[in-house]
Amino acid sequence: MKAKIIVMPKKTVLDPQGKTVQHALESLGFKGIQEVRIGKFIEVELKGGNKAALKKKMDEACHKILSNPVIEDYEIALK
Amino acid sequence: MKFGIIQFPGSNCDQDAYHVLANVFSQPTRYVWHKDSSLGDVDCVVVPGGFSYGDYLRTGAIARFSPAMKAVAAHAEAGGLVIGICNGFQILCEAQLLPGALIRNKGLKFICEHVDLRVETSDSPFTNRCQKGQVLRIPIAHGEGCYFAEPALIKQLQDEDRILVRYVNNPNGSVDNIAGICNEGRNVFGLMPHPERASETALGSEDGRLIFESILRAIVSA
Repeated sequence: MKAKIIVMPKKTVLDPQGKTVQHALESLGFKGIQEVRIGKFIEVELKGGNKAALKKKMDEACHKILSNPVIEDYEIALK
Repeated sequence: MKFGIIQFPGSNCDQDAYHVLANVFSQPTRYVWHKDSSLGDVDCVVVPGGFSYGDYLRTGAIARFSPAMKAVAAHAEAGGLVIGICNGFQILCEAQLLPGALIRNKGLKFICEHVDLRVETSDSPFTNRCQKGQVLRIPIAHGEGCYFAEPALIKQLQDEDRILVRYVNNPNGSVDNIAGICNEGRNVFGLMPHPERASETALGSEDGRLIFESILRAIVSA
């Protein structure tokens, strides 16, 4: 099974990278862009098939190291 | 006074800190390798600047799990002094020995320059040789030095007099101009500027000496 994890800066945290990319898109003529935020995408290959147990394990991993709860939120999708 | 300096793969201010403590201040100083689970007999631990573990994932994220950092946490818990400089500050935040986090500079640029720091309190083992309001000229060199914490935490830091130094002119977007904070016990201090790079006249400023002289005074009077 594979865990696909998205880590994003919290809404309250400044994302200057996202802002800069937003400005770049606008200056290239892309219209109607409201906001750009940039995060991370992490793939973890997992052994075992118990989805609930793997989800719990990945939750723990996200909390301990893969994200920093002070500044980031995360989402886990198991496939 | 005995100092220990943690060395991670990617630390690059460890030798600067060693030079200042061992040669400028003539104190017994030793390196502690990141795999060592004991600090030995030290009064104060320096978590130095650099790019520990290549800054992979987040600055300080990997370093915090090293055996040496477990020993640093135990040292701090027992009331021992810890100073984290630059990457060391980032590591102490990741290790939750200090609250908040350090994120990308607002202007996205790596900034390497001398800045003015205002000492906000002399009530700490790291600033007791300074006057409140005194301005120190000390260099910064970082890409991820923007201090972030939620407003409730900032208020708590302010109310508890735990913001030890602020930027006079905020270079990186840090909340409330924060350049350095201490923990609740006031024995753990993290700051982005480099006092070890401002401790000799040849380097353009000696203002950083006050931080180390404060530590020496705190240890002597402890």
